[in-house]
Amino acid sequence: MSDPRDPAPKNPGTKKPGLAMWLPLGLFAAFFVLVIWGLVRPANREVESAFIGKPLPAFDLPPASDDRPGLNTTVFSGKPRLLNVFASWCVPCAVESPQLAALAQQGVEIDGVAIRDRKDDVARFLAQNGNPFARIGKDDLSKVQLAIGSSGVPETFVIDGKGVIRYQHIGDIRPEDVPLILRKLAEAGS
Amino acid sequence: MSAIKPKHQRLVLLVVALAVLIGAGLLAAYALSTQASYFYVPSDLVAKPPEQGRAVRLGGMVERGSIKTMPDGVTINFMVGDGKARVPVRFRGITPELFVEGSGVVAEGRMEGPTFVADNLLAKHDEKYVPREMKDMSKAQAKAVIAETK
Amino acid sequence: MIAEIGLAVLWMAAALAALQLIAGIIALRPKGAQLGTLVRPVAVMQGVLVALAFAALVTLFLTTDLSVKLVADNSHSAKPFIFKLAGTWGNHEGSMLMWVTIMAVAGGIVALVEKRLREDTLIATLAGQAFVSLGFYAFLLLASNPFERLPEPAPEGAGLNPLLQDVGLAFHPPTLYVGYVGLSIAFSFAVGALVTRDVGPAFARAMRPWVLGAWIFLTLGITAGSYWAYYTLGWGGWWFWDPVENASLMPWLAATALLHSCSVLASRNALRAWTVMLGVVAFSMSMVGTFLVRSGILTSVHAFAVDPERGSFILALLAIYIGGALTLFGLRASTVTEGARFSFVSREAALVFNNVMLCGILGIVLLGTLYPLLTEAMGVKVSVGPPYFNPVSAIFAIPMMLVMAVGPLLRWRQDKAGRITWPVAIPALISAAVLLGIVLLAPRVSLLSALGLAIAPGLALASMMPLRGRKLRRTPLATWGMVVAHVGIAVALFGMASESAFSTEKLAAMNPGDSQQVGPWRVTLQGIAPVAGQNWTALDATVAASYDGGEPTMLHPQARTFANPPGNRTESALKTRWNGQLYTVLGEEGEDGRWQMRFWWKPFVPMIWYGGALIALGGLLALLGRVSSEVRRLVATGKIAYRRERQGR
Repeated sequence: MSDPRDPAPKNPGTKKPGLAMWLPLGLFAAFFVLVIWGLVRPANREVESAFIGKPLPAFDLPPASDDRPGLNTTVFSGKPRLLNVFASWCVPCAVESPQLAALAQQGVEIDGVAIRDRKDDVARFLAQNGNPFARIGKDDLSKVQLAIGSSGVPETFVIDGKGVIRYQHIGDIRPEDVPLILRKLAEAGS
Repeated sequence: MSAIKPKHQRLVLLVVALAVLIGAGLLAAYALSTQASYFYVPSDLVAKPPEQGRAVRLGGMVERGSIKTMPDGVTINFMVGDGKARVPVRFRGITPELFVEGSGVVAEGRMEGPTFVADNLLAKHDEKYVPREMKDMSKAQAKAVIAETK
Repeated sequence: MIAEIGLAVLWMAAALAALQLIAGIIALRPKGAQLGTLVRPVAVMQGVLVALAFAALVTLFLTTDLSVKLVADNSHSAKPFIFKLAGTWGNHEGSMLMWVTIMAVAGGIVALVEKRLREDTLIATLAGQAFVSLGFYAFLLLASNPFERLPEPAPEGAGLNPLLQDVGLAFHPPTLYVGYVGLSIAFSFAVGALVTRDVGPAFARAMRPWVLGAWIFLTLGITAGSYWAYYTLGWGGWWFWDPVENASLMPWLAATALLHSCSVLASRNALRAWTVMLGVVAFSMSMVGTFLVRSGILTSVHAFAVDPERGSFILALLAIYIGGALTLFGLRASTVTEGARFSFVSREAALVFNNVMLCGILGIVLLGTLYPLLTEAMGVKVSVGPPYFNPVSAIFAIPMMLVMAVGPLLRWRQDKAGRITWPVAIPALISAAVLLGIVLLAPRVSLLSALGLAIAPGLALASMMPLRGRKLRRTPLATWGMVVAHVGIAVALFGMASESAFSTEKLAAMNPGDSQQVGPWRVTLQGIAPVAGQNWTALDATVAASYDGGEPTMLHPQARTFANPPGNRTESALKTRWNGQLYTVLGEEGEDGRWQMRFWWKPFVPMIWYGGALIALGGLLALLGRVSSEVRRLVATGKIAYRRERQGR
């Protein structure tokens, strides 16, 4: 049952095809190399990692809403906190609001930085999507945003009790990202 | 019209298949080099403008306060900048929901005179909060864009 | 409890898959033949167990068991039944379980019913199938357990996303999945046949129903996906050559080629190595497509959940399966004996031509899809769109369709061109006349559209020619299937060409009461009013559209705003007539209070999807024909065996 019934034919016609039969494998190998490169390509990752482990620069931002104080560097002592960079004009920021609310409900303290925003827009945004923030700073020139290595909204930073950036999450926080952020907070607290 | 010599049939088939596939490859390579649309940021577009009418894409920030609607109500003009340079863009159509002043956009279209005429505006809907091409803008560029669009 | 049973059963199924692989390998060695008897029952058991595991997950979703993490994350007790059901596979873990389920159940069916294939080839096939499944089992059990419990049951599920509650979205991905998995069976057959060097008609006949089945699902998936994009994106286009779309088109192209070379191998015992190669390529394209979509390596206009890590996993599987299979092919293919020969003018030659052309298109689509990645490696960013794909694929598609019209009329092995002069001449004359008419009457129609419009009627007629002189009721179902599918191609082609040649568009800012002329339609914006739905509010435009001065119909395009999660979506409104579709979109309100409105009149555009449906129907007829003749044969041999047994006594 196991012996091949067809003996390998030895006719002259098969000599050249023999090599060509390896062509598909060669093409596949080329494809493979290309996508491996595509997967490991640095993209934006250096920028985001460059700031991890660095202390927050000193800043003092005025309040961006009437019912929350502004934000300055001194609050980042004691417990690890989240720093959420957002804007009222950014749709993914609204999408992530349930996740921020969930984090706040679990006792995580979240501070916000509103980028290039107007006070009444922020107020409307918070009224619509909930306000998980303890403090909200108004960053009109994106100074703080750039100083902490954030290039878009939303982004969320884990800051430990000594004011050091421990983790940077780029893009909106999805429900599946919440455990990771909680873990990073726990790591930052230990 | 006659049967191929038996011994060579496989070889002939193989050669035909290879020839067609190599032909397809060459054709594709040629067409790609002429038809692929290149991605420009405004400063590149100003420094080395593509030939008029060639399909390209332009990515940058929509400058604040620059969106003007024309009297027909469906054509808009706005400026796309990257801090170093700014390009006037004209678009006729319904803008995507994420298209707002001060945020990133990728416009597909072509240069007509000094104006970039866009057929399509992409403001991405997926979790990439800015178009991927924009992520590679240098920090300095991003800084300048933000300073400018303020 | 159900979750624990599901997990336990899944582990057992994985263990059986391992046993199936090991027993298969040993059985193929000279001394291990007696283990071969184990392989079939194990494959059947594996199928049964994994089906039970899938049923367990479905039950958890239907009862909304919120102590299970997957259910809590993706479902909600207030969801409609149909979306609870679809929730089972509407997430990563569930879709992986669905993938192994279909795979194992199909393997079980092969083990049960396949009697014609040489036993050692069948064992090698089932071992190959087990090998492929094991990768997915490993991923499922080690990295994405669908039955994971939460430490404490969630108070309510998190999956009430209204944007995802769409019937198209619920059934479109699994349709494509079934197609992909079906091709994995073809892949296993190809590997099995390579291992035992048993590439012959029996192998092709055993593989064919699976290829056909997969192909039907792929056809339906692509057709539905195209209509869905046309309807929901609100851009008026039906195909964007987007990576996500290409990812589903490439396996279809490979499967189409495989289907045809399979029939050459089954009936004429030719194209042996080629068929095996296509079997490997078709499944590779499914995996490549899944990888490209899931890894987020290419940017797409369609929102899609991407995850680079899962992408890497699929890539690793891709490397093992496809790299392994192609290595085996390189080692074995030149030892596969050459099949039967044929002349240049024969049905085989026509099918070879079409196969090569399909592979040409496949190569072009693949290159175009990967090109942005390639240039990015060199630091240049490009995107590739219709200006590349349309003309370049047409260079191959047009000759292919011409040969497609002639091929079914030719005899196997050897034919004389003169014999089919008349059946070919009539459609050719029709096409030529249409082409001439277009050139004279509508000179502004582009070359490609004109060719499409001209070829379509000729192709449709030529495709029906194989039925001439036959008694229609006694024509085999498989022949009917071919005719219907080929006519479907012509119908779809006509729709595509007509859409691109004759679409008219009107974009305007309108006050209530304003009218516009779009092709033969007079459209009047009567008013805009807010309306509210279950979880959205919308601005709803009332548009009165009258065709050629006739009685007006009311259309209601909307701009919807969803509350949770927040987002906007345009809802286009369509009016379909026998000769085309009116497409209306509501845009934004301008500063002066006028509303942006966009209208398209697209003559014969629905024929694109009718054609797609016909193609799938053709596949279904062919499949029914094959399966019923197989069943008849089984019954007949059973009867003979029974009679012999009785006579023996």
